[in-house]
Amino acid sequence: MGKFFAVTIVVIAIASAIPILRHTWWMAPDISTHGAPIDEQMSETMAEAGISFLASQIILALFIWKFSSSRPSDPIKSFPGGAKAMVWAAFLLVGTEVLALGVFGVKAWANVYFAPPAANAMPVQVQAGQFAFYFRYPGPDGTFGPLHPDLISESNANFYGIDVDHDQDSKDDIVTAEMAIPVNREIHLLMHAKDVGHSFFVPELRVQQDFVPGLDLSMHFTATKIGRYEIVCTQLCGLGHYNMKAYLSVMSQEDFDNWLKKQAAMQ
Amino acid sequence: MHDMSHTVHHHAPPTSFIRKHIFSLDHKVIGKQYYGLALVAVLVGMVLSWIMRIHLGWTNYAIPGLHLLSSNGAPGNVMTPEYYLQLMTMHATIMVFFVLTTAPFAAFGNYFLPIQVGAEDMPFPHFNMMSFWVTFVAFLVLVASFFVGDGPTLGGWTQYAPLSAVGAVGGPGEGMGVVLWAASIAIFCVGQLLGSLNFITTTLDMRTRGMSLWRLPLSAWAWFITSCMGLTAFAVLMPACILLILDHVAGTSFFVPSNLVINDQLQPHSGGSTLLWQHLFWFFGHPEVYIAIVPGMGIVSHVLITNMRKPMLSHRVMVYSMGALAVLSYMVYGHHMFVSGMNPVSSLAFSFPTLIITIPSTIIVLIWLGSLYGAKLRINTASLFALGFVSMFISGGVSGFFLAQPSIDIMLHATYFVVGHFHMVMGVAAMFGIFAGTYFWFPKIFGRMMNETLGKVHFWLSFVGTYCIFMPFHYLGMAGNVRRYQAFVIEYMQPLIPVHRFITVAALVTGAAQFIFLYNLIHSRFWGKPATDNPWQATSLEWSTPTTPPPHNNFGDKLPVVYHDPYQYGVESSTGDYLMQASPEQVKTAYDEA
Repeated sequence: MGKFFAVTIVVIAIASAIPILRHTWWMAPDISTHGAPIDEQMSETMAEAGISFLASQIILALFIWKFSSSRPSDPIKSFPGGAKAMVWAAFLLVGTEVLALGVFGVKAWANVYFAPPAANAMPVQVQAGQFAFYFRYPGPDGTFGPLHPDLISESNANFYGIDVDHDQDSKDDIVTAEMAIPVNREIHLLMHAKDVGHSFFVPELRVQQDFVPGLDLSMHFTATKIGRYEIVCTQLCGLGHYNMKAYLSVMSQEDFDNWLKKQAAMQ
Repeated sequence: MHDMSHTVHHHAPPTSFIRKHIFSLDHKVIGKQYYGLALVAVLVGMVLSWIMRIHLGWTNYAIPGLHLLSSNGAPGNVMTPEYYLQLMTMHATIMVFFVLTTAPFAAFGNYFLPIQVGAEDMPFPHFNMMSFWVTFVAFLVLVASFFVGDGPTLGGWTQYAPLSAVGAVGGPGEGMGVVLWAASIAIFCVGQLLGSLNFITTTLDMRTRGMSLWRLPLSAWAWFITSCMGLTAFAVLMPACILLILDHVAGTSFFVPSNLVINDQLQPHSGGSTLLWQHLFWFFGHPEVYIAIVPGMGIVSHVLITNMRKPMLSHRVMVYSMGALAVLSYMVYGHHMFVSGMNPVSSLAFSFPTLIITIPSTIIVLIWLGSLYGAKLRINTASLFALGFVSMFISGGVSGFFLAQPSIDIMLHATYFVVGHFHMVMGVAAMFGIFAGTYFWFPKIFGRMMNETLGKVHFWLSFVGTYCIFMPFHYLGMAGNVRRYQAFVIEYMQPLIPVHRFITVAALVTGAAQFIFLYNLIHSRFWGKPATDNPWQATSLEWSTPTTPPPHNNFGDKLPVVYHDPYQYGVESSTGDYLMQASPEQVKTAYDEA
């Protein structure tokens, strides 16, 4: 039975690796300017983890195959090099792996989180609430009006709590249920949570960031490919969590200008 | 170390039924009670996972009889979205706390730690009894939430604030459901703190003559290390749960900031921090992962050594590595929070220890593999599960490389990749540790052997089945399939539904196979082949008891004296290829490390 077990382990290990090697189920193609190092990091980690996985499982299987059929008269042998070899191997192999992944990983992470947005990045505000995203564009004045949580009213379609009667900056703000952005233009996304925790995940854009109630966060990205993508919530926010999504349309600058005009007219 | 070789009786054998079987002070009975509780809990948790899996594969399928559990939650036997989340939360809470913490640590540890150190009981038997009954009450409180108000909480086992703290306005189960959840966990913490205290003092103060720390078996070391983690981790979770309850019942705002608007209503809270909950929770939560898995490492090492007929390459390196896991487990918790809004510099600070914790894990795996070399490996159900544990731990471990890196976590956070990772490394691996321990120690606990044929059928179905369930989870995660969704209406996730259906079928078959185990357990308990005192020719003290099962005070009139390291295999002694720890016989051995 030991030999059968060994074969089973090898078959499972190889079968598990095939969909990964064939990319049967894989990340959606990257449409961001910052995504390449993330994808590279993913591939390197996959290669290193994959080799560790296959090597360990095959060695396990090999030893089970070989030593489950020992005869009672066989002497017990000790692994050449003993425990010291194992400790050195772990420190050298994994240590190097850790350093390599750690150092490159810092670069990929820093690209996303440590570089400030460009001065001419286009600001868009996103508000997450149970169970919808709403987006706000500052209008021609380039300034967002202040928020008044007490004025928020779904029934009056005042999703943000904007006071257009009293706040000058709010008069030209444009609130939409769909997010549109121009292609190849950096976006500075200002994130606000209305009620509980939510998250903003667009796999193609290589961004995922939680909304934190009480803490307004921001991030920035540039989309490089025109198309329509889904923004989904990844932070459990209540019964409608599975259905909390919005569309992100990446458009040419011209299409975007027209879209924004149309949205402004509908306010 | 104390000279305990003289006869010491902390308590006489009980005579009444209640003292013998219910409010028992005997660590062995308490261990069995913990095992029984874990068994009930795991059945509930597994049935919940079946219901969830069927729903995920075929969302509108009516599950016969489901309305009996909740007529509101499953009208017409089809689950509502919120009821899915409620069952998911209960599945996770029950499994993590009442199965993965209680069975490998509290159940086996209670039964065997005092025997393995050569003591007649734990130093605080009343605390020990309390620890079980408190845990039992915690389980009842949790299960009660099924039947109170609008059902259990839907917030997931992590109970992130402010959803968990705003009250009923947050959704079904977010009022009374959360209060019961937090009360249950706070009570559970009390039980584990009492238990940990007993484990630590048993290991440090109750060792018999000759039992130096280095002569403790690896299982005893694992329980000791786990209890040190338990003492600090549960001590943080308990106040966190109390603060959460206060946010519900006392009008405080520990975890809720100002200006939240729910259902167009401005919430009457201010001044709280949502990230505070995450820090408190994960400061417990990550050590908890190791609380679940380290006892399994110890049990599996213990079982493997006996069946390899040789000790590990290095006893001490194994102990130091498990210790390193425990220490590092407190420094890595922030990797659960890379995209939480925590300062991005902190993410990097948490990333490095997370990558470094791979080193002791790798050492442990390499020691297991290296020790297999040159072994005389016996294949039986216990050793199959122990080897299955090693395979599963490797598979679940390598995916940790991905989640340790913030930049990759952007793509994998909150997806099925994470679900696959933790189910393999702390769920299935820990379960395999429990199974290995059960098949191995059953003869000592009940004096009867378990059926090997049924055991092997159980193993094969479980081993292949769990790979079929949890390996595809990683693929789903790579494709961006978000976890905690009751249905996949997002367009890019719809092509993944066939994978979910495959997983559901695998889960139903693998789950059904567990009833073979249950049958084997019950049948062997009463009708199994009678066991000898030492059926596996093992060396540690639990196999030196004068009777099987051990008598009330474990060793009869005289506590044993220990003469050797725990794993004297591959020697030539009067008993064969092994020498028991309590045997005064002297033989030449190549493995004397202590």
